[in-house]
Amino acid sequence: MENYMKLEIAALGENESFARSAVAAFALSLNPSFSDLSDIKTAVSEAVTNCIVHAYQTNGEENKILIVCRTQKRENGGELHIEIIDYGKGIDDVDEALTPFFTTLPDDERSGMGFTIMQTFMDGFSLHSKRGEGTRVSMTKSIGV
Amino acid sequence: MLFYTTHDSGVLKMVLQGELDEHTAVELRKQADAAIDEFASSNRAVLDLGGVSFMDSTGIGFLIGRYKKCKRYGIPLYISKINSQADKILSMSGVYTLIPKIN
Repeated sequence: MENYMKLEIAALGENESFARSAVAAFALSLNPSFSDLSDIKTAVSEAVTNCIVHAYQTNGEENKILIVCRTQKRENGGELHIEIIDYGKGIDDVDEALTPFFTTLPDDERSGMGFTIMQTFMDGFSLHSKRGEGTRVSMTKSIGV
Repeated sequence: MLFYTTHDSGVLKMVLQGELDEHTAVELRKQADAAIDEFASSNRAVLDLGGVSFMDSTGIGFLIGRYKKCKRYGIPLYISKINSQADKILSMSGVYTLIPKIN
């Protein structure tokens, strides 16, 4: 059985906690383990934080983040697909961005580990970015396999 | 996010409770730095992360930032107590080579 949810939020720091909790709550129907849920929350937090910190140059509610989740339920668990989309400035060099510890903002105590964590904690990961138009992160978590 | 400190026998203990992300780290940085400045003559500093229920990569930057600050004062920094979610992030990022875990 398939299910989906679509959530649009303002790109504001106070929504980071809401976004990861909302996705985790949606995933509950797949009976994830505590460890699966932690991985999902962390990966979503990384992607949403990227939108807030990097994609948009200004801080305001006009900057939007779209989160689309789909579940495919199987007998024992299933798959969770997450897309996190912004309409910000895009990534100049995707290879560089995906390199562990690379950050464009070292002075802000940014670790440069966001994409590495998303890739490590999730089972599927892809990134699509277009300069001046935005970025889409797609992630998949297999639950109960 | 809740932050409090204790200082006893030259040991500065900083206790963090709640969720550590990009949003909550802003205030936490100020509070931790103020505590380190105030107790700059400590023999060691310990971060108690047992009450941190969530941490993302912001935590890595936060911890390395405090490590550097303590280092300027010559104070070794340690982590005591941590939950499995945060431990996974800190292990993969190599933070423990700078800030060892103690019991």
